[in-house]
Amino acid sequence: MMNLTFKNTAAAGTTIRNAASKRVTTTRAEFAHLDATHGNIISAQHISQRFATDKKTDLTVLDDISFTLYDNEIVAILGRSGAGKSTFLRILAGLVQPSEGSVEYRGTPLDGPNHGVSLVFQTFALMPWLTVQANVELGLEARGMPRSQRRDVALAAIDAIGLDGFESAYPKELSGGMRQRVGIARALVMRPDALFMDEPFSALDVLTAENLRQEVLSLWNGKDQGIRSILMVTHNIEEAVEMADRVIVFGSHPGRLIAQTSIDLPRPRNRHSAEFEARVDYLYSVLTGTQSHPQTPRSAAGKTEGDAATAAASRQEQAAPMAAAVPSTLSQPPASAAPSDQYSSAAEHAQGMQTTADKAVDAAQPAGATPVGANGAHTMPRATAADQPFLPNATPGGLAGLLDVIAENPSGIDLADLASLLSFEVDDLFPLIDAGAMLRVLAVREGRVRLTDQGWAWHDADILGSKQVFARLALQHAPLVRTIDLALKQSETGRLRGELVLNLLRNRHEDAKAWQQFHIAVTWGRYGELFDYDADDDLLIIDEANK
Amino acid sequence: MTIFTTARTPATQSKSPIATQRRIISDCLVVAGILAAFGALAYLTPGVVAPVGPQGIPSTVPTNLGALPYDAMRSVLRMAIALAFSFVFSVLYGLAAARSRRAGKVLIPLLDILQSVPILGFLSATVTIWLALFPGSMLGVEAASIFAIFTSQAWNMTFAFHRSLLNEPAELDEAARILRLTRWQRFWKLDMPNAAIPMLWNCMMSVGGGWFFLTASEMISVNNRAYALPGIGSYVAAASSQGDFGKVGWAIFAMIVVVLAIDGLVWKPLTAWAEKFRITQSESSMQRTSLVLTIIRQSHIDDWLGMLLRPVGDLLDRIMRPLGRTGSVSAPKASRQRAGDIAFNIVIAAALIAGTAALLSSIRSTIGFGETWHIIALGSLTFLRVALLTIVCSVVWVPIGAMIGMNPRLSRFMQPIVQVLASFPANFLFPFLILWFLAWRIDLGWGSILLMALGTQWYILFNVIAGASQIPDDLREMAANMRLPRIMRWTKLILPAVFSSWCTGGITAAGGAWNASIIAEYVESGSHTLITPGLGSYITEATAVGDTMKTLVGVVVMSLFVVAVNRLFWNPLERYAAKRFAITA
Repeated sequence: MMNLTFKNTAAAGTTIRNAASKRVTTTRAEFAHLDATHGNIISAQHISQRFATDKKTDLTVLDDISFTLYDNEIVAILGRSGAGKSTFLRILAGLVQPSEGSVEYRGTPLDGPNHGVSLVFQTFALMPWLTVQANVELGLEARGMPRSQRRDVALAAIDAIGLDGFESAYPKELSGGMRQRVGIARALVMRPDALFMDEPFSALDVLTAENLRQEVLSLWNGKDQGIRSILMVTHNIEEAVEMADRVIVFGSHPGRLIAQTSIDLPRPRNRHSAEFEARVDYLYSVLTGTQSHPQTPRSAAGKTEGDAATAAASRQEQAAPMAAAVPSTLSQPPASAAPSDQYSSAAEHAQGMQTTADKAVDAAQPAGATPVGANGAHTMPRATAADQPFLPNATPGGLAGLLDVIAENPSGIDLADLASLLSFEVDDLFPLIDAGAMLRVLAVREGRVRLTDQGWAWHDADILGSKQVFARLALQHAPLVRTIDLALKQSETGRLRGELVLNLLRNRHEDAKAWQQFHIAVTWGRYGELFDYDADDDLLIIDEANK
Repeated sequence: MTIFTTARTPATQSKSPIATQRRIISDCLVVAGILAAFGALAYLTPGVVAPVGPQGIPSTVPTNLGALPYDAMRSVLRMAIALAFSFVFSVLYGLAAARSRRAGKVLIPLLDILQSVPILGFLSATVTIWLALFPGSMLGVEAASIFAIFTSQAWNMTFAFHRSLLNEPAELDEAARILRLTRWQRFWKLDMPNAAIPMLWNCMMSVGGGWFFLTASEMISVNNRAYALPGIGSYVAAASSQGDFGKVGWAIFAMIVVVLAIDGLVWKPLTAWAEKFRITQSESSMQRTSLVLTIIRQSHIDDWLGMLLRPVGDLLDRIMRPLGRTGSVSAPKASRQRAGDIAFNIVIAAALIAGTAALLSSIRSTIGFGETWHIIALGSLTFLRVALLTIVCSVVWVPIGAMIGMNPRLSRFMQPIVQVLASFPANFLFPFLILWFLAWRIDLGWGSILLMALGTQWYILFNVIAGASQIPDDLREMAANMRLPRIMRWTKLILPAVFSSWCTGGITAAGGAWNASIIAEYVESGSHTLITPGLGSYITEATAVGDTMKTLVGVVVMSLFVVAVNRLFWNPLERYAAKRFAITA
């Protein structure tokens, strides 16, 4: 069975690639290096990752992802927190074994850490007890390189990354930016085929991060450091657009590929150019479209084909000027996107196409003006998750603050602008946006957010009034809050053991996630004066005002 | 290896000409120190490996004052050897338990039980074994003594190493794997440095606790026969049996000198050096300094050592390559793994059942179950003593410790003193206390509580001081600002804040008290022998007359008591403390 699917996909991939190369030669010369004849460095087939929850049910973290990293490209993996980006990166690096699927490095299946990969960590991961030089030499020492030789190589790399003079310093004596330089130098001396970076700049301040980004790009351009390709995980959309040739977007719950787009802007890229901003806006709209989208709630998408088609069509109007394709396998170079399906990512609908290879072929064929989203809507496969969506990890207070900010723009504000206004990254902003959309106080459309009537009602209310509005909305739209409230009202004492709720949650979440969901529900319930939680006795207690 | 060769600080690299003279002086001092160490070793070794004389193994030691320095050095050597064995043991045991899932399932509960076993009850069995292993040599008794010290030191160090292996920062582990370090390299670049600080603190604790057992194991009474080794503990025992309290006083003085010397020459420099292994984002504001470390760093000795050891390190690195790389996965099929797990569990369960059955059947055929109930009753009596001791010590020391801890100047001054007090072997004071008991006609049933407390109360004090010194300034300022009355200050802030430190201290103190009951419920001094009924005195008496079965059952019952109290009382309390009273930002 496994084999069969595999062959199908391979065949599909070939079709796509053939079609792709034809078009490439005629249209886009600069993508020539991505031609199918070029070598691929790492290829991953049908990667799934599952964990057993406490209740022995499997929890899917990554769902059937196929991906190939080619020579000479920078790829950014973009997604929200919890989308499994870092796990996927670690699977490709051979640090984590996938539950299903296989990873090959230059045609050889991995059986341990991938020796063609060097990893740069978000928190640097330097040995605090080794000097800068000893840290950089570590990987060479592991290769068994003689002491004098590895010293020369390490010093050269230390010079190249601008750490000259810091050889004998210990990491804790350095600033964050300098530490990350050590991390990069340590990766570079290995002359990796692929440089992997896991949110490498997110622990740094804005200026240092920008400076390091440029240096990494110039090292990559220079090619004298022997990096062929870069794969980076980020939740910073601007960073992805600034650095990558190709951006792939992960959706959450479970982590899966929902879109990919090539960024064909010449470097250096101007963050304020219209093209740049268009791509940023587009990626925002892709990310907000993944779930809890007020215009296309998941449950609705499966029910009425018409709705979904309308939604997809409305996006079609936007027609962002870039290529995107969402087949089951992203093994074809991005240039394959035909003009006709230039904009084909309709977030959740794309799921429908991941299931079989046939549909991938459908999608890649120049299918006229048929919106791919509508195509997928026929086979909306996993509506199951929709009847109990996640509570976004946002506090009511944070949401109220966000409403205040958005209220200053009565006609709405672009998410990208909002993020830069608040200096938020995706991970900070999206939980709030999701919460607002779930409670119907925010309307998100095409990467633009504005207050709904209910949002205005909350915004204009006084402290007590706002709590009442929040309580009503949470009861209507937040399923977990409603479930707890109902259970409390039905119990004679108005009390309930928290463990009961947690056990229900553990059926579908891993333990930490179940705790988080419980905690959010309690916070929301407390804010809305619906119920309280006594942590000592593990009791949920209905609020006096709610009886 | 390499952690030593790379142990270079900026201080040693700034070689200004003015410092040359100082460096030469440092060189001289370091060379003198090394020569002295080797000289002492050469002076002591002949006595250790000496053949047994014609009159057999001596049952007492000479108590002339001139012998005291030699005796003290012999004790220190014994302690050092035991510590080295404990260190190697804890590293190997910890690695096995952390790296193998199945081994960990057995090794960790086993360790939990082992640390609850009263070591002193073991002596009789082990002395016989060691004497048989080294016939006709003092090495047999020496080994028995070292083994007794080892069993008092190894467990907490093993726990510390195992815990630090499990708590390695995930990203450092991933870095080690993606850089494809060999297992040998990983051990020296990640595992050992990461464990350095907890291991060092546990070494210090082990040595502190070890003095107690060292002194108790230098003069062993087994099978109606006493074996004595030259050492500071046997010196005290001999002097007190002669009723010569002046000499006991001199031995106490020598012990204090030894404790202070080890603190200054070994622990201070090591803790200052180990600061480089602390995982922090920033340089700590308070630097630990040590004169000895400064002298060593100023000298050329680290360069010479580096030159000497670097080729050795490289060679070892090459030799150890076949051990394989870290993190290479070749996970077996899930079904096979499950089958293996089931088989493994069956084997373990069978071994447990067989062991229990063997014990029960031999109890029935020898001492009978009636005796076992008697032992359990005695255990309850000792349990009451330990409980009373823990309560009284807590009531006394928690307020004092909290007050010391909240006063930074006082706590800086007091903490080293308490540390020395904690490592001072309390049994040195027993002769004086027994005189007092006899004079005031105090029953040993109550007196033994005091004897046990002498050694173990410091753990409570020490931990509470540490806990109170970590109360955030904000909270104390808040309490002052709100003008909280004294009662509220204690009930709302201070006691909750030191609660979890008190738990840590209490569990250690209670465990130590069980062990101490073996020598506190049965004491001899000069012509006087005081005995009070209890599990401790039962084990001591059974050991002295060589009744192996009674000793064994006594030891098993005591271990069960300790494990049960930890599981049913201390562990839930610790969990509650972590949940309710953890001070987090």
